[in-house]
Amino acid sequence: MTDSLVLLDHTADGTLRAPVRELVTVARGLGGAIHGVWAADGAEPDAETLAELGALGVSRVHRLTADADLHLSAVLAEALASLLDATGAGALLATSTFENKEVAARLAILTGAGVVTDADGLVVEDGRLVASKTVFAGTWNTRCAVTTPLAVVTLKANSVAVSPAEGGGVPDVVDHAVAASAAARRVSLVERTERPASGRPDLGSAHVVVAGGRGTEGDFTLVEELADVLGGAVGATRVATDEGWIGHDAQIGQTGVTISPRLYIGVGVSGAVHHRGGMQASGTIVAINSDPDAPIFEIADFGIVGDLNAVLPQLTAALRAQQG
Amino acid sequence: MVHRPRGNVPDVRIVVCVKHVPDIQSDRALGESGYVVRDGGDGTLNELDENALEAALVLAEAAGGEVVALTVGPEDAVDAVRKGLQMGADEAVHVLDDAIAGSDVVGTARVLAAAITHLGVEAPVDLVVTGMAGLDGLTSLLPTALAALLDVPALPLAAEVSVEAGTVRVRRNLDHATEVLEAALPALVSVTDQANEPRYPNFKGIMAARKKPVTTLSLADLGLSPADVGAAGARTAVVEAVARPARENRVLINDQGDAGTQLAAYLVENKLA
Repeated sequence: MTDSLVLLDHTADGTLRAPVRELVTVARGLGGAIHGVWAADGAEPDAETLAELGALGVSRVHRLTADADLHLSAVLAEALASLLDATGAGALLATSTFENKEVAARLAILTGAGVVTDADGLVVEDGRLVASKTVFAGTWNTRCAVTTPLAVVTLKANSVAVSPAEGGGVPDVVDHAVAASAAARRVSLVERTERPASGRPDLGSAHVVVAGGRGTEGDFTLVEELADVLGGAVGATRVATDEGWIGHDAQIGQTGVTISPRLYIGVGVSGAVHHRGGMQASGTIVAINSDPDAPIFEIADFGIVGDLNAVLPQLTAALRAQQG
Repeated sequence: MVHRPRGNVPDVRIVVCVKHVPDIQSDRALGESGYVVRDGGDGTLNELDENALEAALVLAEAAGGEVVALTVGPEDAVDAVRKGLQMGADEAVHVLDDAIAGSDVVGTARVLAAAITHLGVEAPVDLVVTGMAGLDGLTSLLPTALAALLDVPALPLAAEVSVEAGTVRVRRNLDHATEVLEAALPALVSVTDQANEPRYPNFKGIMAARKKPVTTLSLADLGLSPADVGAAGARTAVVEAVARPARENRVLINDQGDAGTQLAAYLVENKLA
């Protein structure tokens, strides 16, 4: 039985990020108390958010403040180390963002914690935490035990189904203020610009992703229409972002966003190894490409060799008819 | 790392940490004890570390400095630093020791930190550059862990890097925001594949590389004990590793005019739409 801290990632205006709900669900499986950690960087958790967290099983929310910018991983790591110490929690769970991985690395050095990144599950087994994760571009399943008393685990989105706790309440909110060390202040945050919300689900956590590649020749209209009828996010290959057809934040691939949605549809995507590495663990993979030798067909559950300009309108219309 | 006033030393001394990894195009595997199979003979310089070498070379060329390529790994890993020499690095260091096998990220960071400190005794190191991640593990943990052990500021995931008047500045594209970070040297930066287009070694560079020094160091040379690193020092252990089975019941069709309709039916049937 392990008490855990869950890092409550939120947008600049205080909206909880979707994958956090999965973290709390996983934390319940560890058997102990669940402490939420809210970095108070300008936005506060509102009553609705607290109620939702309580329904998922969070018993207390720690409102973290510091005398330096909590967006700096060094500052946040020190604050979390102090909170881990104060609560005696045996695990810290966070979403698998690059920033959180920086924090995890620092916590490893500060506290001696063992770290697992990009896990898709976490359980207690024989008194220690064991994380499951896929490696090598989703081709191997592994289970990884943490052999230290403290574990820091980042989890990928779309790993578990969110479920409510039995008899959850409303968590109390307590303040935890930290003074950052001189070392943590050595990096200055000169500028930080939040990306505007797109109106579509977040690519990293969407249940459905429609990705456009070279075959779209720069026109993402059909890709977007399909994404909208499915309620999904729009992604792209490195080629498409390099060509400037869509922003870099749409790039799927090991160095861009790694995704594992329930449904991935690649449109005019050849399936080069870097792209595959970013989506190969998706639930169902659909590919539409005019080239029968495109590598993506080797991993697709449903592949269509054809012209996307003919296939997509037909597909979108058929889906719309289904919904109507 | 101690930043000391200049004497007869280059204007900027940069260490680039590079890794030798199994080729991502090959059939990568985990062995029986859960470790990455690294002796399959198809290892290569981690592609993302080419961007790190390029970034360092550009900065050194602008400031009149030198670049040291550093790696820790089994025997074949020296190929990674040799590639760095071919691209233009001035010297190479390979830390090789059986006891390092099975190191987790902290163990690896400890070895690299000790090697950089060792290099710093000879002449102060101003900047450490790494790739944003190894394409084998893809954890992105090493750069930050290494900076923490060296006790220098970390500016990871840089899509743009510049150094001016003893200060390093980076622009980075995060999951939900873009940031500009700045810190005084000495510092550590990791760069992404967006940062630059790595140069290809040309014939002259490949020939010149043969004459450049490659130093091999052991744990003892670095004052590290086997207990600090390797499997003994690791904080995680792979307890199970299974290759995922290929997907079953796959469908591949040529569009004869109704593929879109067929796909729609498939999605609905499988409750995906």
